[in-house]
Amino acid sequence: MATDLYTHPDYFNMDDLLSEEHKLVRETTRSWVKQNVSPIIEDYYERAAFPEHLVKQLGEIGAFGPYIPETYGGPGLDQISYGLIMQELERCDSGLRSTSSVQSSLVMYPIWKYGNEDQRQKYLPKLATGEFLGCFGLTEPDHGSNPGGMISNFKDMGDHYLLNGAKMWISNAPKADIAVVWAKNEEGRIHGLIVEKGMEGFSAPEMKGKHSLRASITGELIFDNVKVPKENLLPNKSGLGAPLGCLDSARFGIAWGALGSAMDCYDQALRYSKERTQFNVPIGAFQLTQKKLAEMITEITKAQLLTFRLGQLRNEGKATSAQISMAKRNNVEIALKIAREARQILGGMGITNEYSVMRHMANLESVVTYEGTHDIHLLITGMDVTGIPAFTREMPNK
Amino acid sequence: MKFLVCISKSPDTTSKIDFTENNTKFNETGVQYIVNPYDEWYALVRALELKEQNGGSVTTITVGTAADDSIIRKALAIGADNAVRIDAEANDAYFTAFQIAEYAKANGFDMVLTGKETINYNGSQVGGMVAELLGQPFVSLATKMEMSGTTATIEKETVGGVEIVEVNTPFVLSAAKGMAEQRIPNMRGIMAARTKPLEVVPAVECEELVDFEAYELPPAKSECKYVDADNVAELVNLLHNEAKVI
Repeated sequence: MATDLYTHPDYFNMDDLLSEEHKLVRETTRSWVKQNVSPIIEDYYERAAFPEHLVKQLGEIGAFGPYIPETYGGPGLDQISYGLIMQELERCDSGLRSTSSVQSSLVMYPIWKYGNEDQRQKYLPKLATGEFLGCFGLTEPDHGSNPGGMISNFKDMGDHYLLNGAKMWISNAPKADIAVVWAKNEEGRIHGLIVEKGMEGFSAPEMKGKHSLRASITGELIFDNVKVPKENLLPNKSGLGAPLGCLDSARFGIAWGALGSAMDCYDQALRYSKERTQFNVPIGAFQLTQKKLAEMITEITKAQLLTFRLGQLRNEGKATSAQISMAKRNNVEIALKIAREARQILGGMGITNEYSVMRHMANLESVVTYEGTHDIHLLITGMDVTGIPAFTREMPNK
Repeated sequence: MKFLVCISKSPDTTSKIDFTENNTKFNETGVQYIVNPYDEWYALVRALELKEQNGGSVTTITVGTAADDSIIRKALAIGADNAVRIDAEANDAYFTAFQIAEYAKANGFDMVLTGKETINYNGSQVGGMVAELLGQPFVSLATKMEMSGTTATIEKETVGGVEIVEVNTPFVLSAAKGMAEQRIPNMRGIMAARTKPLEVVPAVECEELVDFEAYELPPAKSECKYVDADNVAELVNLLHNEAKVI
């Protein structure tokens, strides 16, 4: 890949809304990415290899659990800082952002919010430094958009729980030291359990053959009569709302992240349109190219405003799940469209690994589906404005 | 050992450069400032490394206005213990050096470090002036420094070779590429920088020795001319008669 020349577009002077600390957080992440990830990402993506050596580095810069308090080894930053870190990571690669947001929002967040003090002290500092990598088990082979229908379950055996079931599409799984797993107890209530690597009956085989997020590792989680110590149950929240609370945090990060990949695609397309000459003029001089670029920056700017406001609301503890859904859905959608338009501006070069747009495009096909599909998020907005849920329906009579 | 590291700002290299007030002032509108890379990557990081090896403290000093606090916070996030800002526009090298020297005199440091130059004005003057004002030795363009007790062994590049000098503290040093590796701050450092002391000190009276008459941009790049590899005579002709360089 050519030298990473990325600078972020800021058409509406959004930077004026950021604090100096926010800008430093962003600059730090960007410098780290340009030095350590941009030069290698295409190679790892092409080989479908997980850049495992970056895990410790992500911990060192503070990209794991940025909002986790210092008491538990986190830097204690605000939500906008978390968003900016996700934006800078996904600006480079959605897989890199996935590794980090799973660790932060889906592993550290539930331990911090739903765990007891012993669990926080035991796991959070190691997760913050990257000594431990974590994963999150909610989705099952037959339960994606309908996680409440999960069949993974655990039984109280007196001195331990006995866990059975299987999870699928789990980011980080094959390399994870711990898994936060959601399963039903004997009464059918969903609880979170911390399952550690090496527990008997627990395995995490890798899922291969992905055309997307190739630099992120994905696997299954299989529980065959796994004995989970009782102290590994997250005590402070249960029910479907518990994992959904984690997803709010993760989707918030995705909204920022997907916008980052859109900004990267625009940045490259704009630069290319000024350099590439056809018919003796730069292709940026053609109205059809300008239309694409103008629409891209318009959508990016709208998304920047939406996302920043969401960050403010989240800082104040006021962001609703439905607001987060709207931002996630919108930003991933515009990012996908922008990646496709940028690919066109780049012409044939756009399909090569000299540029990141095709990789972003392929990655975003996962992002538009995971953590709530594009359609499910639409139904969340629909339910929010009408008050009527439309997620399920009866099978029509034959 | 007490280190004082001079931290200056310079525009981000993507900034558009132009001037106002009849070309007598740099137009700062829309300019994003960064820590001058020679100050940050080499002077500051080497001071931090030596402090980490042998103990001591690293103070940064900047001559500038409140607008410079963001670059100062970055230096603190990278690891400096405390910062001082002399509250004045850094108009010229002598004024800047005078302010730094006055502070250094009053507070006593074992070593004052600067970058070899700023990447905007490329003056390379402040370090030498500070040394003179303090009556201390000055080692310029240093690429490597090891400490043994109070003696520093310093390498500096010369034409076609390397000069190795030994100097005892206190002294002033300007750092060039090779002195250290860039350190990226981390999120914990950024949070810690929030509470590190940034002392604002009024400027002392200083004679103004420089007037700025006008700035101008370098001439725009002219078009490249390609000469056929076999046509050396034409190349010589163009260099001699058109470019007038031979």
